[in-house]
Formats: sequence, structure tokens, C-alpha cells
Amino acid sequence: MGKLLPGFAVVALLMLITGLVWGLAIAPADYQQGNSFRIIYIHVPAAILAQSCYLLMAVAGLVSLVWKMKVADMVGKSCAPIGATLALLALATGAIWGKPTWGTWWVWDARLTAMLILLFLYIGVYTLHSTIDNELNAGKAGAVLSLVGVVNIPIIKYSVEWWNTLHQGSTFSVTEAPKMAPEMWMPLLVMVIGFYCFFAVILMLRTRTEILEREKRTGWVKELVEAN
Amino acid sequence: MISPDNSDLSLRRVFWITLRRDLMLAYRRRNDLISPLMFFLMVATLFPLGVSPDPEFLSEVAAGVVWVAALLATLLSMDSLFQSDFDDGSLEQMLLSPQPLALLVFAKICAHWMISGLPLTLMAPLLGVMLFLPEQGMSALVISLLLGTPTLSLIGAIGAGLTVGLRKGGVLISLLVLPLYIPVLIFGTGTVQAASIGLPVEGYLAIMGAILALGVVLAPLAVAAGLRISVSN
Repeated sequence: MGKLLPGFAVVALLMLITGLVWGLAIAPADYQQGNSFRIIYIHVPAAILAQSCYLLMAVAGLVSLVWKMKVADMVGKSCAPIGATLALLALATGAIWGKPTWGTWWVWDARLTAMLILLFLYIGVYTLHSTIDNELNAGKAGAVLSLVGVVNIPIIKYSVEWWNTLHQGSTFSVTEAPKMAPEMWMPLLVMVIGFYCFFAVILMLRTRTEILEREKRTGWVKELVEAN
Repeated sequence: MISPDNSDLSLRRVFWITLRRDLMLAYRRRNDLISPLMFFLMVATLFPLGVSPDPEFLSEVAAGVVWVAALLATLLSMDSLFQSDFDDGSLEQMLLSPQPLALLVFAKICAHWMISGLPLTLMAPLLGVMLFLPEQGMSALVISLLLGTPTLSLIGAIGAGLTVGLRKGGVLISLLVLPLYIPVLIFGTGTVQAASIGLPVEGYLAIMGAILALGVVLAPLAVAAGLRISVSN
């Protein structure tokens, strides 16, 4: 067991359970959207995480290209499938939320489209990783691609202002006072922190597997396997 | 390629030599130049056949159809950008040469644009007429393509650099590059649509110019990094 892993796992579990019960059962219903707004407690954390994950992937890529750190390389590789899943989750919950509130599953709104592009970018990085046989080169190529794609993150952020369409503005910001009522906003904060911790847990597990996979010919991995 | 006695070539000279070499190579294989153009024309022909030949409807979607067709045609010609150089080993010589790789790459991209993006841009008014694009949108179409297709070549080259030498390069390139093309497509069609209904287009063109400037500065570096990785595979 790693040093940080149990800590993050416990916090993630507590936060997610607290946030879910609080958000789904205790927080008051929205005066316009009724109970359907409660999907926000999955949708918003997933969307935030999907973007943060890309940023982390790009930073890991930069570190691996500049300082040639092998672990950064592996973190970058592990980020791609997690990020793709989160982007897909954000899109799916958004569609489910859109049906009762906007009356449609999908609109070609800037933010939705940007999230879809983010999903495509993740799939691109993931496919590039799996197509190149040489692991080191796959890592470097993925790093270059994620750095190129990071241009997309500001476009996602500012697309609301640029194209200004159906999607509501951001409800969640650390630096500004929340526009939501505190009894709705607090569980969201708990959920976001819970998602971050959960993400950390998954990332550590995946990276650990990746390390073992790549170092499978070394002595310490063999000892580890024999010991268990 | 570079012998010790002429290794003090000025950067500008290296740029011109590479550009001329690529243009000459393209000129020797003239048939390859035609295919993206034919593809461009055919996509635009398929659209009225597939959706509706109604002039009113077509004039509304013309900008988007021409832009999407141009984007796909550029993509089609993209995977050959480094392939022949990779196959005959001249790409490795470029990597080994004392000249900055990003500059050589930039010259190659310029050559690629001249043989793909530029003809597409010149052909676009024909497609515009076929698709009943409003008269006042025509110049915006040409100008937006003139600003946009170099960006498409620059971004596409990043994908080409990362996938050169891979078995499934062609399909992979579209997967990597198409998401990055989307902003150019949005502003490109936005320009033409704004012009068609008589709105000012300077803002759109300024953004497209800004994206192009960003691409010119950064893309050759990314392509060079990608090529170094691909060649060491």
C-alpha cells in the first residue's frame, strides 16, 4: 500500500457519500427545475475534473519532455482514459439534465461542443499511446499532443463568452461569491473535492500498474511478485 | 545533404532551398496534386445530391460545406507530407543537419500549403457559385480560406509529424487533428456567414489571423519534436 493512497481513498469515500446524501436528499429542490437540478452534483464535478485532468496530462507531458522523468510519462498516459471517462460522464449527465430543462438531449452550444472536442482530444492521445509500440516514444508523442491540445482548454473556458448561447454561465468559482444558494452550493463543493480525491486514487492505481508493467523485467518487481 | 564547406548556409537560404525542393518534387508528381482538388469538388457535389438541390437551402449552408470540404481535402493530403522523405531517408538527414529542424519543417509546410491550400482557395469561388453562395460572401470566402488553410496545414503537420512511419498513420492523423481544426472551421464559416448577411467581418478575420500567427510560431516546433520522436521509433 502506498503512503498517500489510503488517505485519499478514505477522504474520497467520505466526501462522496456525504455530498451525495446531502445533495440528493437534504438540499432543497430548485424553484424552477424541481428535483431534476440534482444531477448537477455529478455533472459539474465531472466537467471540472475532465478539464483539470487534461491540464494535469499536459503538465505531466511537459515534465516528461523537459526533465525526461519516467513517472511523469506514466502519469500522462494514465490520465488519458480517466479524462475520457470523465468527459463522457459530463456529456451524458448533461444530456440527461438537458432533456427536462431545455427539452432536448443535445444542443450545438459552445460549451457542449467544447466538452465533446475535449473527449475527442483524450481519445486521440489514448489512441496515439496504444498505436506506438515503443513505450518511451509513445509517452513522448502523447506528451507533445497533449501540449498542443492544451490550447483547447482556454477555448472551453472562454467559449461561453465567445459564442454566448443556451448554456448557463459557470455556477462554480473559487474566487467569486457563489450565485447559488449556500444550501445547494455547499454539497456541490463537497462533491467536487470528493471527485478530486477519487481522481487521485484512480490515477495512483493506474500509474502504479503502469510502473509495474514497464518495470516487469527488473529485480524489484520480481521480488515484489514473489513476496505476495 | 550538408557538406562541411557549405554548412554556413544562411537560414533564409536553407528555407528557400527546402521550399524549392518540395515544390519541385510536387511538380514532378503532378497527378498527386489533382486528387485533393478533385476530392474537394466531389464533396461539394455530393452535398446537394445527398441533402437538397434547393438554391435557398444551399445558399444558407454553402459556407459550411465549402469549409468542411476544404478541411477534409487538406487532411487527405496531409499524411503524404513527410511520408516519402521518411521512406527514402531524407527525413533523417534533415534531423541530422546542423540547420534548425523547425525551419526546415516550416519550409515544407509552406510548400505543402502552396500545393494544397492555395489551389483550394482559388477553386473555392467555383464551388461557391455551384452552391449559390450569396454574391457578397464570395470575397469573404476567399479571404477566410486564404487565412485559414495555412493554419490547417500547420496543425495538420503536427499530426503528420507524430504519425509518420506508423502503420495506421492515415486514420490516426484525422483522429488527432480534426478536433484541433474545429476553431478554424468555426471562425472560417462565421466569416462567410457574416459577410453573406452584410455584417462586418474584420473581427473574424482578426481572430483567424491571430490563430495563424500562433500556428506559425508554435506549430513548427511541435512538428519538429514530433518528427524526432517518430524517427527514433
